[in-house]
Amino acid sequence: MNSREFIAKRTAKFFNDGDLVNLGIGMPTLCLNYLPEDVDIWIQSENGVIGLDGTPKEGEYADPDIVDASGSISTMRVGGCCFDSFTSFGLIRGGHVNVTVLGAYEVDQEGNLANWSVPGKTVAGMGGAMDLVSGAQLVIVMTMHCDKYGNPKILKKCTLPLTAVNEVDYIVTELCVLHHTEEGLVLEELAPGVTVEEVVSKTDAELIIPEKIGSME
Amino acid sequence: MVIRKEYSYNMAKSKVVSIDEAMEKIHSGQTLMVPGFVNCGVPQTLIAAILERGYTDLNIISNNTSVKGKGIGKLVHANRIKHITCSHIGNNTETVEKVVAGEINVTFVPQGTLCERIRAGGAGIGGILTPTGLGTPVEEGKQVIEINGKKYLLELPLRADVAIIHAYKADKIGNCIYHRTARNFNQIMATAADFVIVEAEEIVEVGELDPDIIVTPGCLVDMVVQARLEDRDE
Repeated sequence: MNSREFIAKRTAKFFNDGDLVNLGIGMPTLCLNYLPEDVDIWIQSENGVIGLDGTPKEGEYADPDIVDASGSISTMRVGGCCFDSFTSFGLIRGGHVNVTVLGAYEVDQEGNLANWSVPGKTVAGMGGAMDLVSGAQLVIVMTMHCDKYGNPKILKKCTLPLTAVNEVDYIVTELCVLHHTEEGLVLEELAPGVTVEEVVSKTDAELIIPEKIGSME
Repeated sequence: MVIRKEYSYNMAKSKVVSIDEAMEKIHSGQTLMVPGFVNCGVPQTLIAAILERGYTDLNIISNNTSVKGKGIGKLVHANRIKHITCSHIGNNTETVEKVVAGEINVTFVPQGTLCERIRAGGAGIGGILTPTGLGTPVEEGKQVIEINGKKYLLELPLRADVAIIHAYKADKIGNCIYHRTARNFNQIMATAADFVIVEAEEIVEVGELDPDIIVTPGCLVDMVVQARLEDRDE
């Protein structure tokens, strides 16, 4: 299991049976491969659907009018439903989506997230990310602990344009699980073989280190 | 269910027109609402007709710009767009290039806010209050209003000269239904423009659509044209 899969496996344990979940494009969709056996969730996609069920299998009818958040053709499970974009974002902003899982460029100890713009580098736009982070009941950020140059992504204060302020609840990396509370970022779990010192050395943010730290499984 | 069919038929003037007639309502420099999520639910026949007629300097309000060379991306490729108000262009590398080169101006709006601004434009509401974008670059230049201890951004309505809509089925007086996730922005955009042109995969007789499942009331629609399968690219 690589780091991304390890992060996805741990993140999937946040889901409760019956949850309505929005998964961001990329690493978050890997969570579907690691759903606990007794947990069945409904996938909400911001383009206006509940009950997405993955890409069509070989020989299965591919309906071009059923797409996921990346615009790729998907399928729907029985019991799913389709609706317009403003109902979709009403569900999101109105707090009816239980969990949203997103990636990050940067995240900080105040629960701020930056994941849509790198000035001078990207001009993609925020899409639905700002609404999702503002509105979902539980906001989980999945990210590699450091960027590809080894610089910390978990900071005292984000430097990039923000997606939302004080909305992140959990950060799951290949090293640890961090819980954003009113007191600050609490180191709740460590990956097997990872020490507190290693996490602290690779994190710019101040961490609260409790006496008992759980193990990421 | 009692529907006075013969009465409705007499009252109902068909809105079905040719693509040529519909194109007389479009002009260069107009603001157009164009629905679609990536390339799903995009009015591809009307886009093809706009391309063919050479209309340019368009202000587009859309969620995104499809993908390179497809859907709204055809207007991007042919340099017909002056300004675009949308939530995301990342799926279309050509739009990104043209924005970076300064050939297209872009205003990014969070997707949920875009929906509500269009809805407000169509529903006669003077603005909406949303927490989305607080403390981010989206807040710049906007009024922050506090209600019961919670802060919101005041976002203003959006309207267009013309909305071009893709329906699954429309009847001859413009009542529309949509298919699966192709509904997306079609429903709200049909409410927020001075003139609304619908392309439908299938045009049916008045009375054929169950009144309970009609999504866009025909009163919002000015013209209906037949969508052409050959314009469709996925």
